[in-house]
Amino acid sequence: MKNQSNKLFESAQVQTALKESFIKLDPRKMIRNPVMFTVEIGTLVMLVVSIYSFSHRDQGSFAYNVAIFAILLLTVLFANFAEAIAEARGKAQADSLRKTREETPAKVLLQDGTVVMKSSSELRKGDVFTCETGDTIPTDGEIIKGIATIDESAITGESAPVIREAGGDKSSVTGGTKVLSDEINVLVTTQPGESFLDKMIALVEGASRQKTPNEIALTILLASFTLIFVIVCVTLQPFANYANTPITIAALISLFVCLIPTTIGGLLSAIGIAGMDRALRANVITKSGKAVETAGDIDVLLLDKTGTITIGNRKATHFWPALDILPDDLITACVLSSLADETPEGKSIVELAASHFALPVAPAGSESVKFTAETRSSGINTPDGLRVRKGAFDSIRNIALKAGNPFPEEVEDRVKVIASNGGTPLVVSQNEKILGVIELQDIIKTGISERFERLRKMGVKTVMVTGDNPLTAKFIAEKAGVDDYIAEAKPEDKMNYIKAEQNIGKLVAMMGDGTNDAPALAQADVGVAMNSGTQAAKEAGNMVDLDNDPTKLIEIVEIGKQLLITRGTLTTFSIANDVAKYFAIVPALFMASIPALQSINIMHLHSPESAILSAVIFNAIIIPMLIPLALRGVEYKPIGASALLRRNLLIYGVGGVIAPFIGIKLIDLAVAFML
Amino acid sequence: MNTELLGIIASFAITLLIAIPLGRYLAKMYAGEKTWLDFLKPIETGLFKLGGIKPNEPMNWKQFLKAMITINILWLVYGFFVLIYQDKLPLNPDGNAGQTADTAFNTIISFVVNCNLQHYSGETGATYLTQHFIFMFLHFVSAATGMACAVAVFKAFRDKTTTDMGNFWNLFVKSITRLLLPLSIVVSLILTFNGTPSSYAGKDKFISLQGDTVNVSRGPAAQMIAIKHLGTNGGGWFGANSAHPLENPNYLTNMTEIIAQCIIPIAMVIAFGYFIRRKKLGWVIFGVMTVGVFMLMIPTISSELGGNPLIAKMGVSQLTGAMEGKEVRFGPTATAYWSTLTTVISTGSVNGMHDSTMALTGLWQLLAMMINSFYGGCGVGVLNYFIYLIIAVFISGLMVGRTPEFLGHKVEAREVKIAALITLLSPFLIMSGAALSSYIFMAHPNIDWAVKPSTWLNNPGYHGFSEMLYEYTSSNANNGSGFEGLGDGNIFWNVTTGIVMILGRFLPIIGPVAIAGLLAQKKYIPESAGTLKTDTLTFGVMTFAVIIVLNALSYFPALALGPLAEHFSMLK
Repeated sequence: MKNQSNKLFESAQVQTALKESFIKLDPRKMIRNPVMFTVEIGTLVMLVVSIYSFSHRDQGSFAYNVAIFAILLLTVLFANFAEAIAEARGKAQADSLRKTREETPAKVLLQDGTVVMKSSSELRKGDVFTCETGDTIPTDGEIIKGIATIDESAITGESAPVIREAGGDKSSVTGGTKVLSDEINVLVTTQPGESFLDKMIALVEGASRQKTPNEIALTILLASFTLIFVIVCVTLQPFANYANTPITIAALISLFVCLIPTTIGGLLSAIGIAGMDRALRANVITKSGKAVETAGDIDVLLLDKTGTITIGNRKATHFWPALDILPDDLITACVLSSLADETPEGKSIVELAASHFALPVAPAGSESVKFTAETRSSGINTPDGLRVRKGAFDSIRNIALKAGNPFPEEVEDRVKVIASNGGTPLVVSQNEKILGVIELQDIIKTGISERFERLRKMGVKTVMVTGDNPLTAKFIAEKAGVDDYIAEAKPEDKMNYIKAEQNIGKLVAMMGDGTNDAPALAQADVGVAMNSGTQAAKEAGNMVDLDNDPTKLIEIVEIGKQLLITRGTLTTFSIANDVAKYFAIVPALFMASIPALQSINIMHLHSPESAILSAVIFNAIIIPMLIPLALRGVEYKPIGASALLRRNLLIYGVGGVIAPFIGIKLIDLAVAFML
Repeated sequence: MNTELLGIIASFAITLLIAIPLGRYLAKMYAGEKTWLDFLKPIETGLFKLGGIKPNEPMNWKQFLKAMITINILWLVYGFFVLIYQDKLPLNPDGNAGQTADTAFNTIISFVVNCNLQHYSGETGATYLTQHFIFMFLHFVSAATGMACAVAVFKAFRDKTTTDMGNFWNLFVKSITRLLLPLSIVVSLILTFNGTPSSYAGKDKFISLQGDTVNVSRGPAAQMIAIKHLGTNGGGWFGANSAHPLENPNYLTNMTEIIAQCIIPIAMVIAFGYFIRRKKLGWVIFGVMTVGVFMLMIPTISSELGGNPLIAKMGVSQLTGAMEGKEVRFGPTATAYWSTLTTVISTGSVNGMHDSTMALTGLWQLLAMMINSFYGGCGVGVLNYFIYLIIAVFISGLMVGRTPEFLGHKVEAREVKIAALITLLSPFLIMSGAALSSYIFMAHPNIDWAVKPSTWLNNPGYHGFSEMLYEYTSSNANNGSGFEGLGDGNIFWNVTTGIVMILGRFLPIIGPVAIAGLLAQKKYIPESAGTLKTDTLTFGVMTFAVIIVLNALSYFPALALGPLAEHFSMLK
């Protein structure tokens, strides 16, 4: 997955797309796209006119009519190619995922406990299969018994194995991944052909692709522009008769095809497919095109603190010795007490100490004291009588006070400072005497506050969800730059927060993995479930992130925005192009009978025929020229809506007016040279 | 600077000085806040009691439109029959005949829809009764209809989410009692004191220096001329409209009339901003409209002051500009100023003959009516602009990467569909009308009609085409001015323009009200940094571009065959 090619055109895909371009000429398929459908009708009319002009002279020369026919046919083919190449790319992407789950033998566990070998394609919802070390998991499902380490690199590209177990929030397994150790029983949760991936493939292939709301609205607008130009062209005939100017059918159809928004009309579906494809490249499976589009509208983003904003667990950041204690003594004690400590916190203490000096080694025969809920401390007893303890403030204080040792004031102050800074203080004692404090802090991911800043500029509010107490939550929220936080969050808090935001009209996105999260995922406008999450969570959300990466939401929002922007800018470009086309074709239509109208031939095109040919050629070749842009998407810049509009209006609006003047003139020079 | 230019600059300045405070007043008045005209309340209450109307009953957009359409149908039926039988009814001192069915059809539609195309001449085709109780009456109510519908759209965006578009009857009556009636009294007094007749006596006569007896039509004209401008109607008392010396006696009345027709359309735009508590939006719209007006006005004035190149070729000096068809008492600058404003605003009254203006001026006049929303008619100008706005919102919303929204409401397929249909309507009506008439003129010139198509055009050729195009454009825009020289007083033109007028009026009112109603029902989305603000210069430019590009694309070929071909041929 990760090593997919980023090349826009693979030769295999181009070949399929070329073939598809012709298959898509079928009018039953074309009618889905009203703009290009009318071009197809125009092409057919030109075919008839071409045949007619073989024996008659009144519709212009045979060669000219055939040329127009050929260019119109190319226009339709180019538009079909755009759609086909987008589909081919999406399909290739999905296929590479699907390959991982081709025919795998499955050990199906029957009711009576016997094991039967079946092929993965024969598995039905409700079946239970078993997998042990070295087996490839045949299909998606939920672990109902056991725990296993699993290599998911086939799906996520991440080589580190993950642990999946029954009952928790990490009970889901994906077909194609490999069990590295232990044995699990898995319940099949989907019918063959109905997994998320299958749904996604169907979406990309067009069979079940439904137009998104914005796409529908845009299609309506484009259809009405097309109708305006139908009116313009139909009424032109009596107008021209009045002016005693015969207009050839070729000229009329050329004018029509040039005016209707073929550029955006031809690229519209390609843009939509490319949006889903981009999501897939980001390793996100979307259940509908609408979800991607909605992502661009998101106002509020709910993010879990752990793993998204902070790196997994808390880390030691500081040693604070008591007044009469040498720092080295404190650190030595800390290390000794943590050497046997396997918790992430314990490891981080050793790591921090390692940056100060060479680590001491625990004397042989040392006895480590495990953390218990009662003592709320852990430590080590060495054979030479050293008793080191580290733990929560009050438990260590009790140890010291019981032994008649004071609790130093400056240490107590430090404890308070750490707590108010969102950190966790661990007090260290040696032989019941207080040595100092270790400060544990959440480590905020590097670059995360820049990403939040970027989101803020997009108009997206970020909300941190954490189980921490409000004080800690506030501190981290401020440090990371999120706009709001939910502290001591219970699953229903998320739900309530989402509902409250939705009530004031905002769209909310969230990511979750647990069964607890399912209602909130369903409630959110965009719910992204982690692939490792429970089946319930995956069903509830409208996207699944294969990487289980919580920051993915940010990318998804940008993909959604990019999708809309690409549609908007290409529409603008397409309409703006018409200005130049008018200046090419209208003088060409009337120049012969109304010489005065030569004055509006501001491009000084060579002849009426060359002017019309140039305009139609420009109109056709602009489609393939813009395919890369349609597939990659117009870049989104979080510079504020008005600035973005200015920028895009300048590039695609003003640029769209100017570009065809240059393009048509250049083509005309070439055409005039050939004639 | 020359006095002619100073005259129009002063006119525009006074227009703004009146229109801006008037806009603030309208916002307050329609919102039901306290104003100094509250003493009129008992009159309104009486009217509502008489009609059995509960003025504070909320209406949703469908109920609102139903009320509007019902009363308009009633006026159509009433007016149609009175016009046909006007010869048998009182107040007909000149003994004028009743209108034929097709003329009455055209006339009543044109007055109900605030167009006033006038295929009859006031002196001979109407009586004092019909002038008063149909034409003048409809001048008031058609203007008030447009304003009430505009306020319904305002109301949709005043609150976050609502289904209440206001009460049609309430807004309608208040538009008359609190605005049109008081202003009309002031304007008609100014006109009366400057010589516009306002008596009920019949024709006067005098013997000219040559010894001929000349009959001079008169009548209670000043009252009608006041509301004809204030309500952007344009239907004059006399056939020659405001070029007639009794309808528009001097430069002061000329200024009064041109100011009168601009103040309400401008005030409505300002009122929009104040009413929805987004003043800046009102100002941005006003700015876009004003830039548009100047872009049409400046070339018009310059081409009129430049004179006719064909006359110049003959060696005739044209120091005062092109004077054909203009009144000496106004001069080309004031006439050009008027011709721009009367076409951007849907008044359609004229103080000179548009048919005689330069070819390029004709182009600007046509374009002004095709756009029909740079200020635009009473109330309907804002409504027309609203359609362009929705299209601009949709395209630019996509361009900034969000589902398009206007003032916190998502613009989705249904709204786009309505806006697209309304956008489509104008080119459809104008172009198919002109195509039909061109076709009949060419293919059936001698068809057996009372007026043969071959005799329709005084000036066949490019100018004749412009005349036909102008007639349909003016009908669709509910403007009512004409490129005279077209034989339009016959069944073909009466019926076709009648249909164009009625569709060109009601659909562009129904569309915006429906869109506003649908939007207002939707959940309100609070603004964020990603929201596209519609009260910015950038968005104003976007809307302007949408207006220009849409119209240029729709009409370029037709305009090329009419005014452009005429202009460039003249230069050869």
